Amino acid sequence: MFQFFHQLASPRYFYGIAGRLIPWLAVAFGLFTVAGLYYGLIVAPPDYQQGESYRIMFIHVPAAWMSLFVYVVMATAGAMGLIWRMKLAEVVAISSAPIGAAFTFLALVTGSIWGKPMWGTWWVWDARLTSELILLFLYLGVIALYNAVEDRRTASRAIAILAIVGVVNIPIIHYSVEWWNTLHQGPTVTKLDKPSIHMSMLIPLLLMAVAFKLYYGMVLLMRSRCEVIDRERNTQWVRELIEK
Amino acid sequence: MSSLNEFLHMGGYAFYVWTSYGLAVVVLLVTAITPLRQRKKLLAGIARNIRRARRTT
Repeated sequence: MFQFFHQLASPRYFYGIAGRLIPWLAVAFGLFTVAGLYYGLIVAPPDYQQGESYRIMFIHVPAAWMSLFVYVVMATAGAMGLIWRMKLAEVVAISSAPIGAAFTFLALVTGSIWGKPMWGTWWVWDARLTSELILLFLYLGVIALYNAVEDRRTASRAIAILAIVGVVNIPIIHYSVEWWNTLHQGPTVTKLDKPSIHMSMLIPLLLMAVAFKLYYGMVLLMRSRCEVIDRERNTQWVRELIEK
Repeated sequence: MSSLNEFLHMGGYAFYVWTSYGLAVVVLLVTAITPLRQRKKLLAGIARNIRRARRTT
């Protein structure tokens, strides 16, 4: 078991294993997406208050969850890279940033599109929306900082510190709807006692959440493979890989 | 046919719902295609470097 992890941490083995995993993740992502869309757009009934417009939720909420999840993965991988100097952790950290930024962007824009018919405005500077916007800037900051530093390993250390400091924003986003008065509705799924969302709507929501997780896994491996090749371009195994 | 129209109409929220879903498709597609293209470019670039190195030695 330990040896397996040790090998996995070697860029060369990682490249091979990731390459074999990507098609499976793609297929699983496709299946969950089709199922999620079917239950979300066709099976689930209209909402008694919001009519059909609530169907934006099946994109918006999983995207918002992912924006937080990817950030935590990025910061954790960054910390592992700082502490143990693991090359692969550094690769995972920087490869996560653009994917997290994409999810954050999607959550913000679909939220805005949902807000227009429901709240009557595209945007309000309230706690939830503002802290999520800051999250987008954190992602963009990580990407910009990485590109600004020439040496990959120094750049990785820099973005790890930025990412770890930014973690303070994560609980702020999560609890913002409880700590401050806001237009944004409170959580309906993660309430400890009982979720106040009907099963017919919860099922597609969870299906889409799994689909987005699989998508993240897939694109993370794709990006990481590129980053690994780029960093190891002068090694023997990359040369052999290309001349095959 | 009428049920399809009804489905596309989304109870009057067609613009908001389909813009959101369309945007999700675009964002997810672009995010997935970027590393595919990057990988091709990277491999081609490294192969070029190897060939150049060989010629000079």
